[in-house]
Amino acid sequence: LLTQSEAIVIYTGWERHALVGSDIRLSCSFFSWRWTSDDVTFSWSYRPDGARDAISIFHYTGGAPYVDNKGPFRDRLEFVGNPGRRDGSILLKNLDYGDNGTFTCDAKNPPDIVGRASSVRLLVFEKVPIQAGVITGSIIGAVLGLLLLIVVIYYLMRFLVARRVFNLSVRSVPLCLGLGPKPEPIPGLDTCMV
Amino acid sequence: MSQSHRTGERPSETDCSSLFSHLAPSDKMLLLLLGIVVLHIAALVLLFVSTIVNAWTTGSTSSSDLWNNCSTTNRGYRCDLANTGVWIQAVQALMILSIIFSFISLFLFFCQLFTLQKGGRFFLTGVFQILASLFVMSGAVIYTVMSPEWVPDSEAFGWAYIMAWVAFPLALISGLIYVILRKRE
Repeated sequence: LLTQSEAIVIYTGWERHALVGSDIRLSCSFFSWRWTSDDVTFSWSYRPDGARDAISIFHYTGGAPYVDNKGPFRDRLEFVGNPGRRDGSILLKNLDYGDNGTFTCDAKNPPDIVGRASSVRLLVFEKVPIQAGVITGSIIGAVLGLLLLIVVIYYLMRFLVARRVFNLSVRSVPLCLGLGPKPEPIPGLDTCMV
Repeated sequence: MSQSHRTGERPSETDCSSLFSHLAPSDKMLLLLLGIVVLHIAALVLLFVSTIVNAWTTGSTSSSDLWNNCSTTNRGYRCDLANTGVWIQAVQALMILSIIFSFISLFLFFCQLFTLQKGGRFFLTGVFQILASLFVMSGAVIYTVMSPEWVPDSEAFGWAYIMAWVAFPLALISGLIYVILRKRE
């Protein structure tokens, strides 16, 4: 009976998004309790959206990578992984809408060969919504900033007016007490009665 | 509402009034306050639900809202990020702002309830609530005007969209009540 801890576990992404015409790196790595063997193999296969069967597009074995030279990715596939570090990533170049589909990575680390292959879904967009939320955030920020500004200005005005009134009332006090020379009365300001 | 105390029942009035005339004025004030808060919270909940739920337009197999378009195809149920033009983001921003302003208005109401002097008006509270209602109105109007661009003709407006339109008069009435209301005792 083989328990889960003795099987190989393969990791890829869940879903990848890319722009038409761009390149994308599909990563694949694995966990295994054994040392990385010299006979480690990586296999990538591709199943287009809506198709029933998958086609093999990449295989690494015996220390050498073999890329697709007849299929949908001929001249567009490159091996950028490092099998010694358990990395079996591939690079797809110049993507098109026809590349939408599911990519499955299967890795084997002899004698650890029992495991479940892992799939990553590729979605190719015409344009990535790079502006998503930018305008929303700026409108909200502007309105709240304006609100804050109005509140600050209001309290500032109140503070300044109160201070001015306070200053003027302080200056009129010596007139009442009769101490020292009487300064010129400020026109428009009530002087207090002695 | 006048300050005169009602000493007895008036047989010419409806059952509701005769029920309330048994209560002291402070209880009436409390009931009124409760009613106003309930109205305010109802408007706020409508705003929240309308903004979040994915039902601004619905078709036979798809529904979309301010944030994404979901559709059921033979590949299953899929959601894509909504069209990110300027106008849909403006609608998003206006709906969120209306929620924020309604919250601020509720907060200010409770502040003013305890700090306002007698006879004062809940003016600030009312202003914020009216602003919230204006925001939701402009959001709904922009969505209505621009929707032929985003939504195919076969689809109809969903219930979240209708909720936004219902929230607008509720919030407006609530705000106006605050502006007219005077604080007693």
